[in-house]
Formats: sequence, C-alpha cells, structure tokens
Amino acid sequence: MTNVIICILATIGALATLFASIGILRMPDFYLRLSVTVKASTLGIGLLLVCASIYFSEVYVTTKAIAIIFFLVLTAPVGAHMIARTAYRSGIVRWKDTYVDEPDNEMKGSVANRELSNNDKNSDPD
Amino acid sequence: MTIDHYFDYVIFPLLTASVILVLIRLFKGPEIADRVVALDLVISIGIGAITVYSIRTQKTLFLDVAMILALIAFLGTIAFSYYINKKNSND
Repeated sequence: MTNVIICILATIGALATLFASIGILRMPDFYLRLSVTVKASTLGIGLLLVCASIYFSEVYVTTKAIAIIFFLVLTAPVGAHMIARTAYRSGIVRWKDTYVDEPDNEMKGSVANRELSNNDKNSDPD
Repeated sequence: MTIDHYFDYVIFPLLTASVILVLIRLFKGPEIADRVVALDLVISIGIGAITVYSIRTQKTLFLDVAMILALIAFLGTIAFSYYINKKNSND
C-alpha cells in the first residue's frame, strides 16, 4: 500500500518536472518560460521529497525533506522575482500576443514598456 | 514489479528527458536570463534526481547533498541577476 502511494506521488512529481521542462522549451517568451518553470518544478521536487519521507519513514529524513521543501518554497519565488526584474530592466521584450491590462502605464523608463506605450499610441484605447 | 524497477524504468527516464529538454533551452536561449533560468531548473531537477537516487539506493545521506544544492542554486540565481543588473546600469 505504501509502495502504491510512493509510486503515484513520484509519478506526479516526475510528470510535473517534465511539464516544466517542456514549458521552458516551448513557451515563446522569457516571462512565460519563467512563470511555467518555477511553479511546476517546485511542485515536482516537493512531491519527490514527500516520496522520500514516506519511503524511509524516519524522523530525521522527514526533517531533512521538510527543510529542503521549505527552502525551495522560500527561495524559488525570490529568485524568479529577481531574475524577472533584471530581465525587465535590461529590456527583454514581451511576446507579441501578450495583452497588458493596466489602468495606467506609470513605470516609464524601461525599454520594454517604452515599446509597449508606442504600440498603445498606434492603437485606439477604447 | 517492485518499486525499484518502477523507479528505474519510469521515474529516472522522466527526469532524464526533463534534463535533456532543459539543456536544449540552455544552449539555445537567446538572452542570458533564459540561460540563468534554465540552469536553475537543471539544478532543481538535480535535487529531484538525488532524492530518487537516495530512495533507490536506500542511503539517506544523499539528502544532505540535495539540501546544499538547493542553497547553491538560490545563490547562483541571485548572483547572476545582481551582476546582469550591474552590467546594465553601467551602460
């Protein structure tokens, strides 16, 4: 019974990791790649670590697994935010079909946003 | 079919295919930020592979390696983004 649970959890975790890597290969844009990758890989690795803690079922293994999961959940969004901010400031353009729905473009000064506001001038706002 | 066979023939090939797909993006990536994200994902999949390997060989010692690798992945991403930011602000 425990083996069946471990197999199911490990399969879901490995499939989530595979979906993350398919997403990073197939998505058209840096920002979309980032948004696919971080969530799916965190889920996959977390499920694999839960598998390890179920399989060994000892206190120190569970503590290590919880520590790794806590660390991943804590650091993956911070790293993704840092690299996304760096990419935005260095002017990586969005995908052409990305639709931005903001009330006002307040943050001027970046290359991506300047190109976006140029596009907005050409199109009718209403 | 024991759990060891299942891990050998299903879980490890899935993780290997994931690493290969991410490495294609790592070589292809048009911007340096793409490569940083791909490298971060390679290290994350490495943590998963180490965990599966520790289940497979029944040695819990490998989880320490996974913990250190999680630390180093975060520091690498932060350092890369810091220095790319520095380089852009100097231009």
